Amino acid sequence: MSLLDRTARDIRDEVTAGRTSAVEVCTAFLSRIADVDPRLNAFTLVDGDRALDRARTIDRRRAAGERLGPLAGVPIALKDNICLRGMRTTAASRILDTFVPPYSATVAERLEAADAVILGKTNCDEFAMGSSTENSAHGPTRNPWATDRTPGGSSGGSAAAVAARCAPLALGSDTGGSIRQPGSFCGVVGLKPSYGRVSRYGLLAFASSLDQIGPFARTVADAALVLSAMAGLDPADATTAREPVPDFQAALTGDITGVRVGVPRAFVSEGVDEGVRRAFDEALDTLRRSGATLVDIELPHAKYAIPVYYLVCTAEASSNLARYDGVRYGHRASLSRNDDLKTMYNRSRSEGFGVEVKRRIMLGTYVLSAGYYDAFYLKAQQVRTLLRRDYERAFEHADVIAMPTAPTPPFRLGERLQDPLQMYLEDVFTVSANLAGLPGVSVPCGFAGERLPVGLQLMGRMFDEATMLRVADAYERAAGWWKESPPI
Amino acid sequence: MAPTLTIADVERIAALAQLELSDEEKTLFTRQLADILAYAEQVQALDTSGVPATAHVHVGHRAERDDEPRPSLPVSEAVANAPDAATEAGLFRVPRVIG
Repeated sequence: MSLLDRTARDIRDEVTAGRTSAVEVCTAFLSRIADVDPRLNAFTLVDGDRALDRARTIDRRRAAGERLGPLAGVPIALKDNICLRGMRTTAASRILDTFVPPYSATVAERLEAADAVILGKTNCDEFAMGSSTENSAHGPTRNPWATDRTPGGSSGGSAAAVAARCAPLALGSDTGGSIRQPGSFCGVVGLKPSYGRVSRYGLLAFASSLDQIGPFARTVADAALVLSAMAGLDPADATTAREPVPDFQAALTGDITGVRVGVPRAFVSEGVDEGVRRAFDEALDTLRRSGATLVDIELPHAKYAIPVYYLVCTAEASSNLARYDGVRYGHRASLSRNDDLKTMYNRSRSEGFGVEVKRRIMLGTYVLSAGYYDAFYLKAQQVRTLLRRDYERAFEHADVIAMPTAPTPPFRLGERLQDPLQMYLEDVFTVSANLAGLPGVSVPCGFAGERLPVGLQLMGRMFDEATMLRVADAYERAAGWWKESPPI
Repeated sequence: MAPTLTIADVERIAALAQLELSDEEKTLFTRQLADILAYAEQVQALDTSGVPATAHVHVGHRAERDDEPRPSLPVSEAVANAPDAATEAGLFRVPRVIG
């Protein structure tokens, strides 16, 4: 098997045992990127020198008899909204086109402490706002399974990179589905941990009550490996939880006998593409044959999740993105002598932000403004409570909840750009995990139409990633879709 | 009822959001924001009397820590990304504020 097709665990074992060097691994993936990325545009930056340098250090330490970390020599790509000291980080926005962070995100530090090798930064929708990676100052990323289609978004570059064997692992961020939906579109595993499980220090904030960082991988076991390396309390992020971090690897026993899988039949009965429905039904069948018990559940408020999400996330975004004003970092408009401070703010922001970001800042400003706050923002927060209660009740009868990750297979580039509301509806099955703070994972569950990937989404109880990953892993072993590779 | 949006509303929101919009953007946003708000209006049909608001989902969470000084970013690095900085003085330079 080529190095490129190996799982992260395999690579780690090979490097640790000295059968393959970290440099050899790194070189293989860098050359794959050079080969296919001109057709995909998955990366916004590749720093081969830095990566090879890290790889050489790991090899030297092994040769000196040092014990290596759990990600020894495994290459990983970071979504371009996660800071790495000294490496340009743009969030795919013109407003940050020259930003070089003076510090690293906690997740980046923890991955490097586990001896992972960071290859570079991946493309995304600007400030993670989008479902197709088309809202990027670096141009769109293409789907490795069908290059006329989107890889999903907003973490589309990370998903495409892992699917195309440009990296065995990548990090994304998920505010309303931005890891799980591109995971589904690109036929890879995409994991959003519980709110508070993973530090967001060094993640460029979009909507702070919803954002979570999580991994992309080819297998559930690899995703669990990355989660174990990053999870846990961080003094630099007050939203991280004190909850103990279990051994996620040990949870993957393959045994799901008697596990109750809740299926919200009414919620998933409408607006789902025929091919997606078929793949989803087959996945439920596989789970049942693997020993799980399917139970019907009700989520009466789930149909309000999209409006609630877009009211909450835009309100938070309008506040978070106020910091981009041309003073401390980022783009500043050129001014004439008589222009004042306010002109500088307004013009820098207007030149620096793309159209979707402006649209969301506008919407968020509106729903927070006098006269509309109660009717929109406060109301949305109350419905968010009703939605959380739906899930609490559902989890009295079920251990995990299953639904399709996205209602459609990957759509064509440009197809939804003119109608933002259509694009927002793409998130129908993913946003509620963020609103309720729950963990969710997308696992490949086959293909629709002309070999277009489809994902099965599993959601777990708050901080119970272990059960969710156990079911996802058992499904993956029984179904075997993870072995498929895209034609690129 | 979602209010009808006018170009003047969009201009008012843009001013609050510190954005300068082109005429095309104003027309586009007037239509698109009205569409999105009309869709979002469905939440108003729900009875939420007595339902507390969820601003975040933190559960039993203590975020305080001891107030101990820790190393922080050196000033030279903090101003390194500024479009216009007085690096020696450790200051960000901006246009005049008062006419």
